[in-house]
Amino acid sequence: MFPDWFNSRPLRSAVDDALEWVVKYWGGWLEAAAHPLLLLLNSIERFLLAIPWWVLIIFFTAAAFGATRKLALPLVVFLSLIFLGVMELWDDAVKTMALMIAATLTAIVISLPLGIWMARSALVRRIVTPILDLMQTLPSFVYLIPTVMVFGPGKVPALIATIVYAAPPLVRLTDLGIRLVDPNVLEAARAFGADRRQRLFGVQIPLALPTILAGINQTTMMALAMVVIASMIGAGGLGYQVLQGIGRLEVSRGLFAGLGIVALAIIFDRITQAYGKRLQKRIGVSGGAR
Amino acid sequence: MSAVIEAKNITKIFGDEPETAVRMLEQGASKTDVQAETGQVVGLNRVSLSVEQGEIFVVMGLSGSGKSTLIRHVNRLIEPTAGEMRVNGRDILGLDEMALRQFRRKELAMVFQNFGLLPHRSVLDNVAYGLEIRGDGKDERLEHARHWIERVGLAGYEGSQPNELSGGQQQRVGLARALAMDTDILLMDEAFSALDPLIRSGMQDELKSLQKELNKTILFISHDFDEAVKIGDRIAVLNDGAIVQVDRPEDIVLKPADDYVAAFVRDVNKARVIHISTIMERDLESPCGFDITATASCEDALPLFAAHDALAVTNEDGKRVGRITARRVIAALARHAG
Repeated sequence: MFPDWFNSRPLRSAVDDALEWVVKYWGGWLEAAAHPLLLLLNSIERFLLAIPWWVLIIFFTAAAFGATRKLALPLVVFLSLIFLGVMELWDDAVKTMALMIAATLTAIVISLPLGIWMARSALVRRIVTPILDLMQTLPSFVYLIPTVMVFGPGKVPALIATIVYAAPPLVRLTDLGIRLVDPNVLEAARAFGADRRQRLFGVQIPLALPTILAGINQTTMMALAMVVIASMIGAGGLGYQVLQGIGRLEVSRGLFAGLGIVALAIIFDRITQAYGKRLQKRIGVSGGAR
Repeated sequence: MSAVIEAKNITKIFGDEPETAVRMLEQGASKTDVQAETGQVVGLNRVSLSVEQGEIFVVMGLSGSGKSTLIRHVNRLIEPTAGEMRVNGRDILGLDEMALRQFRRKELAMVFQNFGLLPHRSVLDNVAYGLEIRGDGKDERLEHARHWIERVGLAGYEGSQPNELSGGQQQRVGLARALAMDTDILLMDEAFSALDPLIRSGMQDELKSLQKELNKTILFISHDFDEAVKIGDRIAVLNDGAIVQVDRPEDIVLKPADDYVAAFVRDVNKARVIHISTIMERDLESPCGFDITATASCEDALPLFAAHDALAVTNEDGKRVGRITARRVIAALARHAG
């Protein structure tokens, strides 16, 4: 047995007390601060539910065609959406989609500046990288429970937990994309007198865009992977159907809701990936002949 | 003639203890000595040169000689460890960040070995890039860019992406982008080195003919002695970060300063470098079959000897200044061969 070097109980109770203190004194403030997130999620959800189903189907099928200029992907997307409708999963799928989109948008707003900052400062990168590692490896239940304690069960903690889980790849890939920009192109920009802002928006971000898009793709996929867990704390949607299927031992309900999540994953993954590829092709191998 | 670019004792040390290295160099230590003793890498060793208005000045050296480091000191892409750099009479090392940007936007333009084009922009927008950075209006800069695209022979490619073009075409874009800035100074860092030999030769000819019209001050970096001889009005040979010789191409070929330069010169086509004026006789009387200008090379004269025994040498005004015979040309070539 490991020797008892010191009593860890005070440490544990200190952590517990600290959380309780935060809930008690800061709970209201934190809830107010997170309110915009709820507004964002609700408005996306209401918007998606308000538009007729066939408009959504036409939109996604057209987006798939626009991204690939082939018929295969639009067909797959069309059938996936029809599947969701036929299996009576439409409203749940739209709720899940709203959660995913809200999480992705928030993650983009946070991750892009952070990734750019990391690319520019070695110190920031040294500090942020272990935090990202922690966010990705810490089991989500560990931060799910405190989040629920602070915000109460509902959509907000679900959204926050999803963002925590889904944002790191976007931060990493933004950092990577910016740092991988061809130094020759950057030097040319400097030689023509471009300042930092002109280099960032005129050279670095456009050239990193394919990598950043790959990060957004990753983020959407990871957000989808969180929906079942998120539904445990009140996110609703397809994840909740899966949860109920498990709870009631209704295999079919769980299976079809699970397949619904797969259908959503296919739609978003393939469309964003195809757009990324198009962009990459347009930019091509940077730097010219070597 | 006045010096447009003036470097004085420019020294660049790569390492964390530059002062020690500079002191050693001042006491006459070589690059190898400094590196062995202090671990500091000498990029440039007290380089002084002055580039005159309207000339093509070629800095020639092998890789690692510091030539690319040198050209980057002229627009301060690299900061020197010690020394002075004056461009258009102004001390550019004293410029603050904003003044430096203005200097780069208005006084010189640069062409790069790897082109450095923006892959996400069309040819037109690439050529207009410097003008955009400078803040020129959209219509004005696009019109100007179109003009230069046509001048470098890329009309019709305005809407193409750089990666759709060949290497030679991409460098034309790079050249047009620099020329569009309308600066008096052009920095060309191994601008043609990445191109196929045939394309390279064509670009050299084009640069020469453009220069006849534009009369810019061009600092050209090259590792290719033939290229240096072909386009340079003067050549500086760089070895281990130090200048070994600065001279006209002919003088470098005929009077290399040391073994290092001599090794370069050995394989140069002497017939192309030696001018008629250098080897002609001051004979104004004897009858000659044909006229040739004094600035012509032996190479230009050789085919004429198929039909004539002797040529009259004339100056720019067509006045006879001497006489050249086939025997004399052959003797000169034999003397300097190998």
